[in-house]
Amino acid sequence: MLGRTLQEVSAALKQGQITPVELCQRCLSLIKKTKFLNAYITISEEVALKQAEESEKRYKKGHSLGALDGIPVAVKDNFSTSGIETTCASNMLKGYVPPYNATVVQRLLDQGAVLMGKTNLDEFAMGSGSTDGVFGPVKNPWSYSKQYREKRKQKPHGENEDSNWLITGGSSGGSAAAVSAFTCFAALGSDTGGSTRNPAAHCGIVGFKPSYGLVSRHGLIPLVNSMDVPGILTRCVDDAATVLGVLAGHDPKDSTTIQDPGKPFMLSSLTDVSKLCIGIPKEYLVPELSSEVRSFWSKAANLFESEGAKVIEVSLPHTSYSIVCYHVLCTSEVASNMARFDGLEYGHRCDIDVSTEAMYAATRREGFNDVVRGRILAGNFFLLKENYANYFIKAQKVRRLIANDFVNVFNSGVDVLLTPTTLSEAVPYLEFIKEDNRTRSAQDDIFTQAVNMAGLPAVSVPVALSNQGLPVGLQFIGRAFCDQQLLTVAKWFEKQVQFPVIQLQELMDDCSSVFEIEKLASVSLKQ
Amino acid sequence: MWARAVLLGYRSWMGWHRGFTSKTDPQGSGRVTAEVIEHLERLALVDFGSQEAVARLEKAIAFADRLRAVDTDGVEPMESVLEDRCLYLRSDNVVEGNCVEELLQNAHRVVEEYFVAPPGNISLPKQDEQQPFSHN
Repeated sequence: MLGRTLQEVSAALKQGQITPVELCQRCLSLIKKTKFLNAYITISEEVALKQAEESEKRYKKGHSLGALDGIPVAVKDNFSTSGIETTCASNMLKGYVPPYNATVVQRLLDQGAVLMGKTNLDEFAMGSGSTDGVFGPVKNPWSYSKQYREKRKQKPHGENEDSNWLITGGSSGGSAAAVSAFTCFAALGSDTGGSTRNPAAHCGIVGFKPSYGLVSRHGLIPLVNSMDVPGILTRCVDDAATVLGVLAGHDPKDSTTIQDPGKPFMLSSLTDVSKLCIGIPKEYLVPELSSEVRSFWSKAANLFESEGAKVIEVSLPHTSYSIVCYHVLCTSEVASNMARFDGLEYGHRCDIDVSTEAMYAATRREGFNDVVRGRILAGNFFLLKENYANYFIKAQKVRRLIANDFVNVFNSGVDVLLTPTTLSEAVPYLEFIKEDNRTRSAQDDIFTQAVNMAGLPAVSVPVALSNQGLPVGLQFIGRAFCDQQLLTVAKWFEKQVQFPVIQLQELMDDCSSVFEIEKLASVSLKQ
Repeated sequence: MWARAVLLGYRSWMGWHRGFTSKTDPQGSGRVTAEVIEHLERLALVDFGSQEAVARLEKAIAFADRLRAVDTDGVEPMESVLEDRCLYLRSDNVVEGNCVEELLQNAHRVVEEYFVAPPGNISLPKQDEQQPFSHN
């Protein structure tokens, strides 16, 4: 049951094959079983069970709220959740309990979704590995999959062989691991430079970044206001569309959401791709791209062509500058956004009382890790009067050039761009930490962050397993606000490639037997 | 034309990568002087904490310097991708509020309905003066 898609489970709930409370309990016990993945920071067990009970009442009366009623979901820990600790994986916000829900969280709850907990991330969403939070790194469930272990000629139960576990990618690694390990059916991430699509590719799930302005950012603790978007992580494209339908639409509390009336997001099944024009940006063929990913990319292009679509090579000439431009803009906006953390009204506060400035400085030193502090200082440097024009304004100009590159390509008749999502499959943690956070981010974001600069929708779809038995994803990029068309193409592709399900069978079997024992225990207690 | 751009991009990528592993960064050194460090620490209210952090900043600056290679004559800076649209403004009516208790709950030091702050208008001591937050 836990391995099914959101739509399948929703149908099962309607038909009474399973109740929301049972579903919630199974997910909770699987979360406990997979605690070693470190995907969750906070597990909101009581809240979840309460929500599940209310959902059950609604189903009994036949008044379910919709496709998401009773469905377990998880939310990245940089979204504010009323009454539930929100930390952004940082000491600065440890113990912070927001008094309000982020709009996207509220919309999920209004549809009856059951909140399992808050997932782990890189501190303040800065990073591409989900390794730099104060609660520790997140482990990729594929490290424990039969597919990976068989290729490494290890026994599937070899948890003592744990030292070489793989990263999930980031920064929404906790959300990706939660969905990939079947502990929930959908999760919210955030996407500023690829933070939803990167871990989706490494964990073999669908990671969708909506167009900037489509989904509200109210309540999402901001990193880069002009590029942040809430992201959606699910096990299939249809599920992502279902969740998008709930989340998209104007929010009076976020004035950067567009006011066009929302359209429902039911995806039609595309059968004929012959009217489609797929663009392959040649600058994305970089030397660092692994040969396996390159060959999957090439095969995907051939697949479209063989089915009648027009596949052409296009050029995005300023691609090589997008990482540098992002680096400057990101650190500058971060310098501004992190200024709100001073310890006075919320969050960590140090013991110094000599002066406000001394108190702020010490609080911020204690609360932020090196990565965050490094970015704040770099951002402040670029925003100094003598540097402003040469760095910040210059980067904004380059941003326009990059955004125009995309506009030109789409104006020339291309419907969707097809690119890799990551340079290679997930790497072992010990390998990943050999380079520092900024280097890794610059390397790993290379295919994903130009999309954030231009505010376009993009989705990472898992395509196949590598030689090592690990997932590889490919990215589709669409025109601004053509999210539905993008997801329709992605759905067609997903159906063609038939990506295998992760085999965590030992985990699942153990978990269902645990559930049986718990069920018997609860029955005997009642008597 | 595009081939040359790709090659340049590749070469500068490799050059940056090599530069990162070397100990002294000729491009970066000299930009982050003691004066700049002090200035940034005061502006950001975040201290460097170590020589490593200074080196990291120098590398970040060197990395950002690559933007100079782009020709941006006549290009307007882009602040937002939604620049062609008007921002939505709510009507100026009070519809929420009266949540004093909720808001005060998250603060460490509160007196009645006030957040308590240490005295202001005292600037941070200079680098050479005694640091107030060095613990014995």
